[in-house]
Amino acid sequence: MTLLGQFALWTALLIGLWAAVVGFSGRWHGRPELAASVTRAVYTLFAVLVVAALSLWRGLISHDFNIEYVSSYTSRNLPGYYIVSAFWAGQKGSLLFWAIVLSMFAALAQWLTPARYRTLMPYVAAVTSAVTVFFLSVMLFSGHGNPFERLPFTPADGNGLNPQLQNIGMVIHPPMLYLGYISITIPFAFAIAALLSRRVDTGWIQAIRRWTIMSWLFLSIGITLGMWWAYVELGWGGYWAWDPVENASLLPWLTMSAFLHSVMIQEKRGMLKRWNMSLIIGSFLLSIFGTFITRSGVIASVHSFTQSNVGYFFLGFLLTAAILSFTLLYTRWDRLEADVRLESMMSREAAFLFNNLLFVGIAFSVLWGTLFPILSEAVRGTKIAVGPPFFNKVNVPLGLLLLALTGIGPLIAWRKASTANLKRQFVAPVVTGLLVLAALAASGMRNPWALVALGLGGFVVGTLAQEFIRGTRARHRMYEESLPLAFARLVARNRRRYGGYIVHAGMVIYFAAFAGYAFKTEMEATLKPGDSVTLRSPYGHTYQFTHLGVSQYEQLNRVVTQASVQVTKDGKAMGVVNSEKRQHFSEPAPGVRQKSFEPSTEVGIRSNLQEDLYIVFAGSVEGTEEAVYRFTINPLVLWVWIGGVVLITGGLITMWPGGVMAGVPRQKQAGYEVQLAGAGAER
Amino acid sequence: MSLGRRAFLAGLVLGGSATERLLGARQRDPGAKESPRATERLLGARRSAAAAQQAPLPGQGEAGTLRDPVSAGRSQPRATHRDNDPFVTGVEKRLHCTCGCTLDIYTCRTTDFTCTYSPALHREVLALEDEGKSADEIVAAFVDKYGEKILMAPKPEGFNIAGYVVPGLVVLLVGAVMFAVLRRRTRMLEVAGEAPPVGMPPLPGGAGAATTATTAELERLERELKELDQ
Repeated sequence: MTLLGQFALWTALLIGLWAAVVGFSGRWHGRPELAASVTRAVYTLFAVLVVAALSLWRGLISHDFNIEYVSSYTSRNLPGYYIVSAFWAGQKGSLLFWAIVLSMFAALAQWLTPARYRTLMPYVAAVTSAVTVFFLSVMLFSGHGNPFERLPFTPADGNGLNPQLQNIGMVIHPPMLYLGYISITIPFAFAIAALLSRRVDTGWIQAIRRWTIMSWLFLSIGITLGMWWAYVELGWGGYWAWDPVENASLLPWLTMSAFLHSVMIQEKRGMLKRWNMSLIIGSFLLSIFGTFITRSGVIASVHSFTQSNVGYFFLGFLLTAAILSFTLLYTRWDRLEADVRLESMMSREAAFLFNNLLFVGIAFSVLWGTLFPILSEAVRGTKIAVGPPFFNKVNVPLGLLLLALTGIGPLIAWRKASTANLKRQFVAPVVTGLLVLAALAASGMRNPWALVALGLGGFVVGTLAQEFIRGTRARHRMYEESLPLAFARLVARNRRRYGGYIVHAGMVIYFAAFAGYAFKTEMEATLKPGDSVTLRSPYGHTYQFTHLGVSQYEQLNRVVTQASVQVTKDGKAMGVVNSEKRQHFSEPAPGVRQKSFEPSTEVGIRSNLQEDLYIVFAGSVEGTEEAVYRFTINPLVLWVWIGGVVLITGGLITMWPGGVMAGVPRQKQAGYEVQLAGAGAER
Repeated sequence: MSLGRRAFLAGLVLGGSATERLLGARQRDPGAKESPRATERLLGARRSAAAAQQAPLPGQGEAGTLRDPVSAGRSQPRATHRDNDPFVTGVEKRLHCTCGCTLDIYTCRTTDFTCTYSPALHREVLALEDEGKSADEIVAAFVDKYGEKILMAPKPEGFNIAGYVVPGLVVLLVGAVMFAVLRRRTRMLEVAGEAPPVGMPPLPGGAGAATTATTAELERLERELKELDQ
């Protein structure tokens, strides 16, 4: 099967090269037969890469340990679903995963894009194929990327999968993040196609609308799942550590979020064309930058793959793509002039501009902090570390400003808002925010950042509630619908607007939950069976933890050492919480066991809407049942996951087909299928 | 005697840990009634079991020995009140672990239980505290020994100030320029009386030109404005 896989990779490389070269030249010279050939090449590229992927999966499932990749990331006793996910657990497999997903998206883009954009499609095919060719080149030429490389011998068993990757979060989180990163290539391809074909009006924006939302959505899901995995698996009691690779995933998310706002201004007013083009190009480059950071080892990160020369390939590609894209943008600069100018500083357009400034400002700040150790070493020759205290200090104020704008934006009318209109819109949200602030201050909260975050959260909730209430009431009055029906139809008929508001609600929940992190309480304790300790939570509850004992048993591919704690809250029993140490082993021969990896820790978590109990069994004292624990009370953590679900729900509503807005773009796609002559033709 | 039987059977089926739990639960429950004789017999049984076996199984004795201690990870030192001392943890959260992770000393020593660096660094912090050093002095001593990279965030001095200030400054500067340019442009439009599309000459008559529009045109304008508001 490896031979077939190798053959598929080389064939894919040739097909990709054909599609890239002919896509550009065929469209450039106006040869429709070549354009048609390119579309077929894109479909074939996907089919060939499916063969390569199936070959690798076959190797994984059949325990062909002669394949270096299979031997490095699996073992005979690895549970089946982790064997499947081992596909993207290592560098080589993840490169193939990237290539196949990109080729799938490229094929879908060719298949699903309406015919009116057909003039763009050869260029789109050329760009997506060129990027796929890059990934195939890394696999075939870097010397560290070929997943079908064979060993000179066949080990009896593989090394197994890193225990921290043996978690359901790691089965879903990396592919989601990859899908987010990879799908940005499609909007990027359309942007380059629009620039090359000089069709830079709003048409290309319409063509990529769902792709951009989908990409943002996958990134959101990937980041949220990553936080969840870090929280339940790594055992440090938090979900975001400002690790360079976490930052790298946040960067394209921020620029895509900026784009999703600014693109509305281009659609509605024909403004910000240059800016939107830059954001899409920037997002694509940042997605490659994230991959470069993960694979180059240039910055220390817990997430890094093995260091290799693959990083140089990515750096070269990143620089080449940046130079070509921005040069192309520069040559089309004059064509990207706005149709109209901003009419008033008191308009939604202006609010969106400042919202974009903050999104991109935060992205810059995160990038700056991530690269600052390198910069500092280059300038001063001194190594420094930049950790959470730095990022929190720099980014929290910007994040709070962004939260404020989340509430302000929807309250200001398009084009120009009157003073009377502003007063009418702002009263209820401001009062809501102040009430929340007063209530929290009265309840004894003194942390200024948390107070500001929650107060602003109240303001944004006020804004959103006002928008939903007014819209529902209007429908209720106009169409005599019941209130629930009016609400449902309000959202269904204008999914983009109200889906967006639901996304904003998700962000407010996120911010509130992040504010709760400031009140984290923790302690270490060593307990013999029957011993207890108490810990007071920020809400004033008293938790008592009684160590019951330590038991050991075997499960699947590991020996589990389980420490059990009886928990009471204010004297009321809450049940038993278990935390584990897991020693994984491989079985090179029946009855022969080999310990693999260091013992890993499984956290015991008990969640409710107020706070999480987070219990970590650090280990035993001299091999006895006397256990060392870390007990942590984490306020509002459950709300992080709820916020994620709300945000993703809002995103799904926004991109769901149908609704009133679906009809709007057709009027604005002049120049793609039909060159509209005038207003009469529009009707 | 039901307790003894249950404990014995549970011990057979589930291992000693369950026996200890049942015994322990009974012993820790102040409301539980137990005859002194039964207790004596149980304790006697435990003593004889301990005597028969040098290393008791889990659940036997105050803290029985684990069957496979190696699988439970590295042996941990007992936590003391100093490990939870806010002064100590506060200092440790300012210092980077040197094991190659990206965590601070406190988080690393309470998370990565295979790390040998963070417990050693923790002991160094305690030793410096014992010398009567303040938090800043301990941090300074670490910087002297390990270099500036030991800090979780660089000191805001010299070139490092750029690290802290540049992002906010860039946002402020760009925001101020954006504000100034946009305000100038919008004022110019206000002076002109309307906002013509780029490349199109303003309508003759300025704002009054709207009065020359037909009813159909006005209706269309109204529709488009509603659409914009969506």
